[in-house]
Amino acid sequence: MEGHVLGNAFAAAIVLLAALAAWRLRASAFWRERLGEIARRRPIATVVVALYLGVALLDSVAWRDAQPGEASVEARSLLDRAFPADFRERSYSAPLAAVEFYGGAALAHPGRHLLGTDILGRDVLHLALGGARVALLIGGLTSLIAIPLAIALGLAAGYLGGRTDDLVFFLLSTLASMPSILLLVALIMVIGRGPVQVCLALAVTSWVNFCRVVRGETLKLRELDYVSAARALGVSELRIVWRHVLPNLSHLVVITFVLTFSQLVLSEAILSWLGVGIDGSWGQMIDQARDELARDPIIAWNLGAASAALFGLILAVNLVGDALRDVLDPHTLRERT
Amino acid sequence: MSEALLHVEGLLTSFPGARGARLPVVDRVDLAVARGEALALVGESGCGKSMTALSIVGLVPKPGRIDAGSIRMRGRELRGLPVTAMRRVRGAEIAMIFQEPATSLNPVQTAGAQVVEAITLHERVARGEARRRALALFEQVGIPDPPVRFGAYPHQLSGGLKQRVMIAIALAARPQLLIADEPTTALDVTIQAQILELLAGLARETGTAILLITHDLGVVNQLADRVAVMYAGRIVEEGTRAAVLAAPRHPYTHGLLRSMPSLAQPGERLAEIPGVVPAPDAWPPGCRFEGRCAIALAVCRAREPERTRLDGGAAVRCHAVAGESPQ
Repeated sequence: MEGHVLGNAFAAAIVLLAALAAWRLRASAFWRERLGEIARRRPIATVVVALYLGVALLDSVAWRDAQPGEASVEARSLLDRAFPADFRERSYSAPLAAVEFYGGAALAHPGRHLLGTDILGRDVLHLALGGARVALLIGGLTSLIAIPLAIALGLAAGYLGGRTDDLVFFLLSTLASMPSILLLVALIMVIGRGPVQVCLALAVTSWVNFCRVVRGETLKLRELDYVSAARALGVSELRIVWRHVLPNLSHLVVITFVLTFSQLVLSEAILSWLGVGIDGSWGQMIDQARDELARDPIIAWNLGAASAALFGLILAVNLVGDALRDVLDPHTLRERT
Repeated sequence: MSEALLHVEGLLTSFPGARGARLPVVDRVDLAVARGEALALVGESGCGKSMTALSIVGLVPKPGRIDAGSIRMRGRELRGLPVTAMRRVRGAEIAMIFQEPATSLNPVQTAGAQVVEAITLHERVARGEARRRALALFEQVGIPDPPVRFGAYPHQLSGGLKQRVMIAIALAARPQLLIADEPTTALDVTIQAQILELLAGLARETGTAILLITHDLGVVNQLADRVAVMYAGRIVEEGTRAAVLAAPRHPYTHGLLRSMPSLAQPGERLAEIPGVVPAPDAWPPGCRFEGRCAIALAVCRAREPERTRLDGGAAVRCHAVAGESPQ
């Protein structure tokens, strides 16, 4: 299947799931109130996160214009279509400049590049906006792989103890004893360099810490009175884990999801710097801007745009995550009322 | 005791000690609870009361285990029952209330949801019906304004209300036996009295038998029909409440009663039993109370006293008592 078709399917799935979730959540007074509370507490961050999501979705819906005879036309996303079709220069140009940075030749689109162009003449604003999709893909997909894995193994290890615990802990210790960057690079070498492969590799290295936290918390929770009380009522072990242990871990899951998310987006920047990142990511933009910092006069817009986009997303996600944890924790609700 | 609901015989529960030895914490205990009866199991901390209760419901924490004895509920042997069958017994036939209402409720579920869970656990009940029954239970255990409390989280409830919710949960599946392990220890004195009254009332209404575990003889006096006094893994005295509290035979029961604060003689220094309960690995070969007993005889050090039957279904394990009233 072609890349853009997969991307479309993915975007459609996300929109569908979001609509379904919204429909279900609207029915529940609890969630309506909690989500409203988040927007009240962190209005700007919520809007910013929504904007990033929107841009990423726009960049996910793509199609190829029918051009008979020319098979190799690239599919263009909605985001691409927001920019003129041939929005390129030959090389660097400063933001809103009318001429090229070196040489001073006239630009094809003078004064139209809001954030200038990079060495290949690509529009920096376009690149920075396109990076949102990659960042959300890395953060989201990797978390979706790593967190369920960490929860499942952590719960099993902590609750069952014994052999299971030994096995999981051995796995954790082994993974934790390898330098994660080396492991990441090695994994990507083995499984290839596509976006999904990088996410898989990041998942392998990032579930370890969270699994340890889940295991520790489960060890604590399984000794608590309400777990014994549930057992004395004849609740089955599986149900105890599902209804009494897991929900009491949920605040950890939310916090960890947010922290992992930010950390993953940042790790991708490091991977890009090492040359094994995902094409089109902010990390790659930063990597390409490395040499530009050494130039005189300095070319900062490329690096600046990528860093600002990265910073904005991570800050907003952290703020929303913080608010989410606050409103989901019954104990902080008590302080409000 | 032919009509016994719960019949425990020769229960021996032990934990591993040094050098592979098994240390019994419950040592050949016999107990019987009749239908609708309230039996109090009394003793100091560490004499095996709670372990007896946990043995009955098959929840002895590892590495402890039941080594011998039989536990029969309505004539059916519970020892060796498969895990799933035992799970159906717990809650449905024998329910338990714990000491700490503060931590015995799941903090992230509403009180109502937890009662509903207990109802639907052992019975197929529609959601609306379960909710209706939960609200009725709230009413029954004296929780004011049930619809509001139904949606409250545990931290929004007071200690007394939490214990009432715990009782509602325990009664949800209409068990025949309720084991209450120090149900009022963590509560204020005024709340204690209310909870005890509630338990006594509920037992009368529903015909539920109660096995009350406590160190507080005041609690015994309010709730129990019969009393069994436990010391160092053994039942040393048993009988009706009136007999045991008014005319205790065993010197340990005597000591417990004399160390109760009383309003009759305010200001008077309380009597105490010197020393502490010996740990299971330090049990003497003779009577286990001998080291702390004021009336110990020479024979007490040498030989453990047998169980001596007394009038009115009472029994005692004491050489001094056995000597004065031969069987």
